[in-house]
Amino acid sequence: MTTKKLGLVIDLDTCVGCHACAVACKEWNGASALSGPLSDYEPYGKEPSGVWFNRIRHYETGTYPQNKTINVPMSCMHCEDADCVTVCPTGASYKREDGIVLVDQDKCMGCNLCAWACPYGARELDESSGTMKKCTLCADRIENELLPPEDRQPACVLACPTHARHFGDLGDPESGVSKLVAEREGFGMLPELGYKPVNRYLSPRSAPQVPLARSAAPAPSLSERIAGWVNKLVER
Amino acid sequence: MKPALSIVFFTVSSGAGLGLLALVALADLLHLGGGLSRQQLLTGAILGFVLVAAGLLASTMHLANPKNAWRSFARFRTSWLSREAVFAVLFMGSSIGYIASVAWQPNPARGILAVVVVLLAWIVLYCTAMIYASLKPIRQWHTRLTPLCYLLFGHYSASLLLLWIASRGETNPGPFAAIALVLMSASAVAKGAWMDRSETGEGPRIQSALGLPSIAQVKLLDAGHTHGTFLTHEFAFQLARNHAKRLADVFWIAAFVVPAVALAFVPGAALGAALACLAGLLAERWLFFAGAQHTVNLYHGVQRT
Repeated sequence: MTTKKLGLVIDLDTCVGCHACAVACKEWNGASALSGPLSDYEPYGKEPSGVWFNRIRHYETGTYPQNKTINVPMSCMHCEDADCVTVCPTGASYKREDGIVLVDQDKCMGCNLCAWACPYGARELDESSGTMKKCTLCADRIENELLPPEDRQPACVLACPTHARHFGDLGDPESGVSKLVAEREGFGMLPELGYKPVNRYLSPRSAPQVPLARSAAPAPSLSERIAGWVNKLVER
Repeated sequence: MKPALSIVFFTVSSGAGLGLLALVALADLLHLGGGLSRQQLLTGAILGFVLVAAGLLASTMHLANPKNAWRSFARFRTSWLSREAVFAVLFMGSSIGYIASVAWQPNPARGILAVVVVLLAWIVLYCTAMIYASLKPIRQWHTRLTPLCYLLFGHYSASLLLLWIASRGETNPGPFAAIALVLMSASAVAKGAWMDRSETGEGPRIQSALGLPSIAQVKLLDAGHTHGTFLTHEFAFQLARNHAKRLADVFWIAAFVVPAVALAFVPGAALGAALACLAGLLAERWLFFAGAQHTVNLYHGVQRT
């Protein structure tokens, strides 16, 4: 009997950084009774901003021409040792038996301490309700019997056009996500802080090195170089 | 971290108030300087109470949903903020009891109430500091030196206020000046060590945040949002190095140099010294927040914390 650890596995090799997961998340959770609506501030104004559960950032590693773009979607990691839950003074933040970390919107007093305790920036204060909001792992989808079985997954997972996102029980070594993590050596972010994040990321596969222009042609041999000097010197 | 003025004021004001009530109650128990008069004890205790109350009120301004503030007693077992709330209420109650026992003498409970006030003041100060010191994503705060500084600063600023009160009566202010000097030196050493650790230590780097090899070169191309977010608003505050240096100078001069010179050369300047110290502590607390580097900033392109 293993403990259930529901979470996401995100493949950084196939993620194209399209933000479809974030949009699908906003769409589903904005209308969800669990913690919606997700407020927008000045949505059509000069400085649009708002609450999101999922944010995608884009990085570059290496230097040209051996550089690479990595798109990194981040949402709640549903940590095993979730400090956001232990620091919460009101009991609004809690962790379910299946590992999902949630915020009870009726109890939160908006002190921000859980957001400070989260190393990943997974929690965002909704200025309209004055309460903290975060990824629910679509708890109202994954066990929703009104949906067809194939749709009982987080909205972000279903929306991903490159199948870079996978949902499952990471506490069960036989689950699809666990096997994927084992096969690709999935990692958790900021392991040194000891939060034991459940979500796992799969590293980009290393692409073949781009040959440099200089090394494209084999270096000329000594006789070829001498022939070259002679050709420069001798008028024909 | 964004320095929220309500929290800056709360920690300095409540710290001084808690320290003052603790020192007044201790002076009362030990008959320091031949014993403070009833008038002096009342002045000190009520001033301390007002400082704590003002700080606690300011702290509730930080809440986005204060109507649920009463729920903050719920997670006493795990949350330092919850512990602070519970002990602060107990402290306020016992302080009122102590003030009443001084006002309407003789009262057999006065000694016990004084002991309770001292212990609770220390516990509340420690809880407040641990709210910050327990946060692993903020390396600068995550040290035992943080509660040490909070405890010392609360008592140091209070000792100057108490010296002012003690010097306005029949009491011998000598012991009170000695206490102020000891706390002044200890506070300076503790904060010096805290700042040194803050500048020389090292926390997680961007490579670890993104699961890359530690030698990998990595930079942010795009943060994924067009305008600010809650995360940039709350955590992205970056303090310019020369600005931090200037403000640190203000802190050291106002909190230590001015009071030391005032106490040594200007008779009757204890109140001025206390006010300078409190002003310096406001600068120190602002820097405490502004200089803190949260790991979220790694995801926004900061290379190390």
